[in-house]
Amino acid sequence: MTDNLKTQGAVNRRHFLVGTAAAGAGLTFGYALLPKVMGEAGEAIAAGNFSPTVWYTIDRGGIVTVHITKSEMGQHVGTALAQTVAEELECDWRDVRIDYPDPAEKWGLMVTGGSWSVNTSFDQLSRAGAAGRIALIEAGAGMLGVPASECHAANSRVIAKNGKWVTYAQIVASGKATKTFTPDDLKAIQLKKVSEYRLNGKAVQQLDIPAKTNGTAQFGMDRFVPDMVYAKIARPPVRYGAKPLSVDDSAAKKIPGYRSYVQVDDPTMTAVAYVIAIADNYPAAKDAAAALKIQWDLGPNKDVSSESILKHAEELVADPSKGLSFWNIGDAKGALASAATKHDAVYITPLAVHTPMEPMNCVAFEEGGIWHIYSGSQFQTRSGPLVASVAGVKPEQVLIHQVYLGGGFGRRLEADAMVPAVLAAKSVGRPVKLIYTREEDTQNDFFRTITYQRMQGGLDASGKLVAIDQDVCSAWATKRWGIEAFLADSTDKKGKLDQFSVNGADSWYSIPNHHVRAIENDIAQTATPAGQFRSVAPAWTFWAVESFMDELAHKAGKDPVEFRLALLDAKGINAGSAPNSIGGAKRLANVLKVAVEKSGYGKKKLPKGHGMGVAAVSSQERNTPTWTAAVAEVSVANDGKVTLHKVTVAIDVGTAVNPDGVRAQLEGSTLWGCSLALHEQAHMKNGGIVEANFDTYTPIRMADVPELDLHIITNGLTPAGVGEPAVTVVSPAVANAVFNAVGARVRTIPLTPERVKAAMKA
Amino acid sequence: MKILTINGFRRAVEMPDDTPMLWVIREHLQMTGTKFGCGAGLCGACTIHLNGEAVRSCQTALADVGDGDEVTTIEGLDPHGQHPLQRAWVAEQVPQCGYCQSGQIMQAASLLRKHPNPTDEQIVKEMNGNLCRCATYVRIKKAIKRAAKEMNGGTKET
Repeated sequence: MTDNLKTQGAVNRRHFLVGTAAAGAGLTFGYALLPKVMGEAGEAIAAGNFSPTVWYTIDRGGIVTVHITKSEMGQHVGTALAQTVAEELECDWRDVRIDYPDPAEKWGLMVTGGSWSVNTSFDQLSRAGAAGRIALIEAGAGMLGVPASECHAANSRVIAKNGKWVTYAQIVASGKATKTFTPDDLKAIQLKKVSEYRLNGKAVQQLDIPAKTNGTAQFGMDRFVPDMVYAKIARPPVRYGAKPLSVDDSAAKKIPGYRSYVQVDDPTMTAVAYVIAIADNYPAAKDAAAALKIQWDLGPNKDVSSESILKHAEELVADPSKGLSFWNIGDAKGALASAATKHDAVYITPLAVHTPMEPMNCVAFEEGGIWHIYSGSQFQTRSGPLVASVAGVKPEQVLIHQVYLGGGFGRRLEADAMVPAVLAAKSVGRPVKLIYTREEDTQNDFFRTITYQRMQGGLDASGKLVAIDQDVCSAWATKRWGIEAFLADSTDKKGKLDQFSVNGADSWYSIPNHHVRAIENDIAQTATPAGQFRSVAPAWTFWAVESFMDELAHKAGKDPVEFRLALLDAKGINAGSAPNSIGGAKRLANVLKVAVEKSGYGKKKLPKGHGMGVAAVSSQERNTPTWTAAVAEVSVANDGKVTLHKVTVAIDVGTAVNPDGVRAQLEGSTLWGCSLALHEQAHMKNGGIVEANFDTYTPIRMADVPELDLHIITNGLTPAGVGEPAVTVVSPAVANAVFNAVGARVRTIPLTPERVKAAMKA
Repeated sequence: MKILTINGFRRAVEMPDDTPMLWVIREHLQMTGTKFGCGAGLCGACTIHLNGEAVRSCQTALADVGDGDEVTTIEGLDPHGQHPLQRAWVAEQVPQCGYCQSGQIMQAASLLRKHPNPTDEQIVKEMNGNLCRCATYVRIKKAIKRAAKEMNGGTKET
């Protein structure tokens, strides 16, 4: 890893991205051998088109094609990024197209997640658009015979003061637009003021939607290649660690269409080894995989269960020598010891499964020395080298083509479908289409880890919060990736911790003594390989923080809203800073007030058994907060069943490039939060996952959708991420509402009738 | 050898009788608008029409489709992809990842055939079997109502 990736203290994802993209080292890989080394931009230059930066091309017909290197997985990212370019380029929106080019070094780090895309690309693409405008004005002015200072650009034309004009198409066709920009030139460009925007802030229709209404949108498994065969992995009963000892395919041989099986070690350690059935069609491959008689050595995890993982977590948390310090202000332990009132609570989240509607799949084949991969990917920069290592070729000999992702949510950061597809294709010497069944997809996920968190809080005699000590015990998903730069130094520099297991615990409340410890659960780490799951750590850290804030407020005899607002003073480290957190905790206080006011919290008369609860979060990370607050309104039946009637959300997104896109993400992320709060959980038993299909793993359906009242606040500040934050605010708001409804404090999600009933009795 | 009528075209298929229509359609005939989601009739991503009625193609064997039966997939719902539901899906900006939406639209078309002006309860009852992991449910409801209005000539059902 290059040194520029390291920043002081917690690694900031934004710095990481910028650093990597600028350095072009470490995670990026060379494409010198690829036939398309020049990429679309290079071809366009050769054809006489104009590409002032690598991010878009204008052809001689005036069509602007913006190259989208973010994966399209439902967030319509291409439209927002193209709007950003077009705003500064001053082109007619009707002239704008997008494409999804193949991965190449020039794009820098290719990863899509973390609600980063618009947040981290906005400035860069704004400058790229402006650069094109400047170059076109300069060339157009020359063609019009007037100084550039007497021209402006609008609607794909350069217009002189004397009223004469020339179109972008004419300028590009003339070949006179040749100006290029250095990074310093780009940096020096004065961008538009918010008041000058004509396209940013406009809900233009999403460019990817029409293809998704008529069946033409192409996903990974929609690819066909001559001579292709189908592959289905035969899975052991445990999630990780089993080794095939022997395989007998005599029964499989009776299945028409069955060809052979492949047994091969997995050097990426996603599995120990694969046994893969190969057939002429998918049903035959599936039947054959089921018919293979395999003797497994079940390995070290065969007795692991959700219960044993939680028991181990309890022991780790109880041991002060375990884990590493993530956040340390004042002296939390000292202040707790002398606090007038102390409160101690444990919060738990279960295994959760991504279950994208498109099960994991991959089409892989080798042609002319290049491995072609058709498989939805959120992380081409990591998956490319992984595929290369198993194919036994150089990274530049792997081409992961961009396709639509049938749901990402973090699941497609992983290369686990690509690797066995390539291994199988290599073994049988043919193109392979590998498809997971739903059951396989559920049981072989890179899960949202089981988490166990202990919260200790102290109040002084006046009920003021003086200390919080938070222990977060989980699997460390980022550590599993083995990318050192993603890990952060502990506050005492004693070791490296996975900050993506604990982000959010460093909340924006002003707490004089505040400590957070991150502890890796080593049993969870090996038995339940963890992944990044939409909204990552804040989904569990805020579950604990925001439930606990309510508990502390009640202990202090204060209203939970007033208790929070008093702590959101935006002083000292919570004052915020440019570009992402200007205004700091004041903006969090503001969204909380908006959500409270709009929902009628504290004022609305509620029937018996009904309650409202609040929560306020700064997801995703301290350096990239999206200020979000929610009020949930629930009713609780005598049997403990919770009905979620309404969720009011207020979110401060700074700038909404495409307001309808922001709203769509807010709708989806709020309902994803509802799903985790009430409907989703998986269990490990004997090292395997109990749930298999949608009858037992049950994401939210239409009948469960509550009334949504969503308030999007914009103020011209940096666009904040919107794909995830609302996920993290719903669970604590619901639990706080349940407490207010029936006095039952539930500290484990989802809030099932059994858990609520048990808490009602307690 | 079996002859199927799909979207008005006659297509010859040589697959075992018990092959789910899902795989016949999307892998054998390479009409990939019909999606594999669960293989167990639990998610609705593979929804097609058999004689105008929504069925789960993963639960419908090749043998279940008779000689005179009409199979319709998302590609054939409207020859130009301009069925009122498809237009409403664009107008309401429904899809996110889009993977489940072929099934949602086919299910909604079946719903509107039964209930040209559906109530909220009828929409939920008919659509609850169709999962959307992006949770676009709010917009699906709106789009169904928009399409119903258009198909009824902008008036209420009498």
